Order: sequence, then C-alpha cells, then structure tokens
Amino acid sequence: MQANEVRLVTTGAARRRARRGPVGWKVTRVVALEALLVLMALIFLVPFAYLVSTSLKPENQLFSRSINWIPSPVRWSNYSDALNEFPFLRYFANTMIVCIPVVIGSTISSSFVAYGFSRIVWRGREGLFIVVLGTLILPYQVTMIPLFLLFRNIGWINTFYPLIVPAFFGNAFFIFLFRQFYLGLPSELSDAARIDGCSEVGIYTRIVLPLSKPVLATAAIFAFIGAWSDFLGPLIYLNNADNYTLSIGVQQVIGVEPHWTQLMAIGVMMTLPILILFFFVQRTFIQGISFSGIKG
Amino acid sequence: MLRLGSSERRNLRLGLFFISPWLIGLVAFYLYPIASSLYYSFTDYNVLHPATWIGLDNYSTILHDPLFWTALGNTLFMIVVGIPIFTVADIAVALLLNTKVPGQTFFRAVVFLPTLIPVVVLSILWERILDPQAGLLNNLLQSVNIAGPGWFASLTWAKPSFILMTLWGTGNAVVIYLAGLQDVDSTLYEASEVDGANWLHKVWFVTLPSLSPVIMFNVILAIIASFQFFTQAFIITNGGPINSTLFYSLYLYQNAFSYLHMGYASGLAWILLVITLGLTLLVLRSSAKWVYYAGK
Repeated sequence: MQANEVRLVTTGAARRRARRGPVGWKVTRVVALEALLVLMALIFLVPFAYLVSTSLKPENQLFSRSINWIPSPVRWSNYSDALNEFPFLRYFANTMIVCIPVVIGSTISSSFVAYGFSRIVWRGREGLFIVVLGTLILPYQVTMIPLFLLFRNIGWINTFYPLIVPAFFGNAFFIFLFRQFYLGLPSELSDAARIDGCSEVGIYTRIVLPLSKPVLATAAIFAFIGAWSDFLGPLIYLNNADNYTLSIGVQQVIGVEPHWTQLMAIGVMMTLPILILFFFVQRTFIQGISFSGIKG
Repeated sequence: MLRLGSSERRNLRLGLFFISPWLIGLVAFYLYPIASSLYYSFTDYNVLHPATWIGLDNYSTILHDPLFWTALGNTLFMIVVGIPIFTVADIAVALLLNTKVPGQTFFRAVVFLPTLIPVVVLSILWERILDPQAGLLNNLLQSVNIAGPGWFASLTWAKPSFILMTLWGTGNAVVIYLAGLQDVDSTLYEASEVDGANWLHKVWFVTLPSLSPVIMFNVILAIIASFQFFTQAFIITNGGPINSTLFYSLYLYQNAFSYLHMGYASGLAWILLVITLGLTLLVLRSSAKWVYYAGK
C-alpha cells in the first residue's frame, strides 16, 4: 500500500515534470531572451530618440537637469532655422554632386574589374588579387600626404575631383564583393555565350551584369553611405565654404557657435536619407554583407 | 600546344584588360603615393619650399618626441582596453540575435542602425549624450543618485568615452559574428547535448572555438581601425584634455595639415604602417594557440 502510494507520487511527479517541464522551461527561456533583446534594442535606440528629441527642443531646455523626452513646446522651427541659417540645401547639393558620381563610378568599375578577377582564367590572377586585398588593409595615412600633394600640384584643391575621380578605378572592397558573387555563377553561362560568338565584354554587359543586381545594390548603398558620411576627404580637399559638403559644414559650425538644437535637426536630416535607403534595401544589404563576411 | 599557348595569351590579355582600371588606380593611388611617402619621410618638407633630404632625422626626432609616445600610448589604450570589451559585447549581442525568437529581423536591424549614422552626426550626438552638466547619460545616472563623471572633459574618462561611443556603433562586427555563427557545425551541438552539455558548456566548448577564426578576423580589423581612429576625436576633443585623447591619427593629421610638417608626418605614417603590420602578424602568429580551424 505504502509502496504503491510512493510509486503513484513519483510517477505523478514524473508525469507533471514531463508535461510542464520542457514546455514550461521553453516558454520561460523565450520570455527571458525576448526581455534581454528588448533591453538591448532600447540601449541601441535611446540615442536616436535623444537625437530627435533634442532637435525639437527650445535652446534653453538644453541645459535642464531632467530629460524631457517630449519637449514642450515642440520647436519645429529648429528645422527651418537649420535650412535657412545653416546653408543646408547648398551643402546637400554639394554632397550629392560627390555622392552620385562616386556611386556610379565605383560600382561599375569594381564589377568590371571583378569580372577579370573571376570569370577569366589567367596566369597571375590570384597573386594580383592578393594585392587588391592588401590595399584594403593599407592604412590610408601612408598615401594621404602624397595624394594631397599630387592633387594640389594639378590644381584640384577646392574642387570635387579628388573625392570623385579615384572612385572610377575600382574599390577594393567592392571588387571583393563582386568577385565572390561572380565565382558562384556557373561557368556554363559564359561557355554557352562564347560558343554563340559573344565577346567577353558582351558576356559581362549582357549576362553577368544583369544577374548581379543584389551585389550592385549592396555596393551602391555602401558607396553612397561612404561618400555621404565622408569627413577626412572633404576636410583635406575642400576649404572654401561654397564647396562644403554636409559633414564638413556641420563641423565648421560647431567650431564657431554651436546651436546644439539646430545641429541636432541637421543631424536628423543627414541621417534620415540613409535610414530610408536602408529600409528599402535592408534584406539585400544584410545578405550582401554576411555573404561577403568571411567566406573568402 | 601552340594553340593552348595562344589561348592562354588571349586570356591573359583579356584578364588584364578587365582589371586595367584597377591597375591604373593601383599605380596612381597606391604605388606612387607609397613610394613618395617613403621618400618624404627622409626629407624636411613644408610644401612652401622644396623638400630637402635629411636622412633618418625625422625618425630620430619622432623617437625623442614626447607627443609621439603620448599619441601611441593613447591608441594602445584603445586597443588594449577597447578591443576586449568590443569582442565580449559583440559576441554576446550576436549570440542574442542568433536565437530564434519573435522579432529577430527587427532586433538585428536595430543593432545595425547606429553604423549608418554619419560620423559627424555620431560625434555631435555623443558630445550631447556625454555632456557633463546636462547630457543624457549623466541625467540618467543622477536619477539613480550617481554623480556622473566629466566624460570627454575628464582626464580619466575621455578615452573610455570614445570606447563607449564606438561600442554603440559596433553593428558591423556583430553582423560578421552572426555570419560566423551560421557556419558552426550543428552536429557539434547535437553531440554535446547527448553528452549532457548545458547552454554555457555549448557556448564555451562549441561556439567559441568554432567562432575563433572570426574573432581573429574582427580583432585584426579592430586593431587597424584603432590606428585610424580620427574623426570623432578631431571633432569632439581635438586631443584634449591635456593630450589625453591625442590619438595617433590625430597627431599625424596635425603634423601634416596644421603644422605642414609633411616629411615628419610621412615618417609617422610609416611607423604606423610598421606597427600595424607587426601587431597583425603578432595576432596571426598567436593564432596557432587559440584559433581552431575545422577540418584542418
């Protein structure tokens, strides 16, 4: 009788454990993880909220000891002031004059070069490709001074050329991206076209390039963000206020008289285009990076 | 035989044709500047007068220049203190983002967002967040009765402030770790489960060893990035307080473009190159001890 009871209890407990245990534990685990992730997301998002919130504050609330997440009154005029007092549109136009050719030049030239590094077999190819990767890790400081002197000698200081022209000679990282992608395309694609008498340039423009839209998009976004955010280039090469890009324009203002709320409004306007772009191409973009990550 | 030779030659010509934009860029934007920067490092050159050969003088002056040692020390601080923090935090975040819970895509995007902010905006935003009097962080600390430090204005906290700021924009490394996590052999997890491994065991004995090549890759990237760390420091502190954030790149830039000591700055650039290469080789050499390569 007693033994029976004990057995009943144990089996009951075992059954309960079997029923609730793993499932209950799994639910707790998911809830705990989700809570951790939400906390993490908050940490990453709070600075963004602070940026937007500060951009809408009256200047006198800037020095308040309490964080007014929603300022009262909401001062939208920080934005119109930024557009008027800070020549936002002028600097925006200058930035685009640099960005657009850089995006076009670096994507096209890099995909072209990558074709030579992947779809044609020739002696010395792998060795030269290591040089491509070498230029990726070469500290820019080593070439910075002679390039400045070179562009100075040909009268390109205070022009956009030093920021644009190098993009047309291939970007090592993009060449790497495109090459990874091209190596994955079946060789039958090119062979069939070759038999039909298609030239190598024809295969590149008519077959390979149309197939590489995801990589083109990834490289284009990288190029855009790079040129849009570039600071050192404009700092070295542009010293006439009429030619300033947004980055350098903002930096010049901080030095003189920082109207922080207005600066934050400019910050929002500088960040927004990139965020919008990112949301449009998010999936391709993340794929592009992770796929280029280490599988080299 | 002769035919093979001619098709080989044809392919070589085609290959070189496709990579020709990059080859021209290599000569114009890398080989020529590298050679002339080495030459300038043996000269006294202030742009206004022609360069005069002074042999090793720049290098011996650099070695006796206290500011060089300060700048090198500040940068090494970022490497020795910063990189372990980045590595632990990045892997933790990547592990969290790798769990299959609702909202995974959203959380991944959130971690990546800060990398999209233009560096100028990043700088002015964090200058506000870490403002000693009315910044976000000190206001938050005050609400739990902690008196926050002076951050960028403090001798002790200025460098940690830059580490904190860099930590927020760490999304790129996390994406690379995430990609690495996808490559971990899942049969290893199953085998360890059979052996009764818990979550911590699995992370320690399976995930981290499998991830070690990626860790090495990211550590090398971080070392290179530390030596090129410039814009944030240039904008926020410009080296202060009392040179505590005079990082290597900043000191190099000041020599080149503020004092026009082009020869001296070129010498600094070459020392930077040698140190970066040395540290990278050190990490690679040490890798036999701590990096695990599957199937090798």
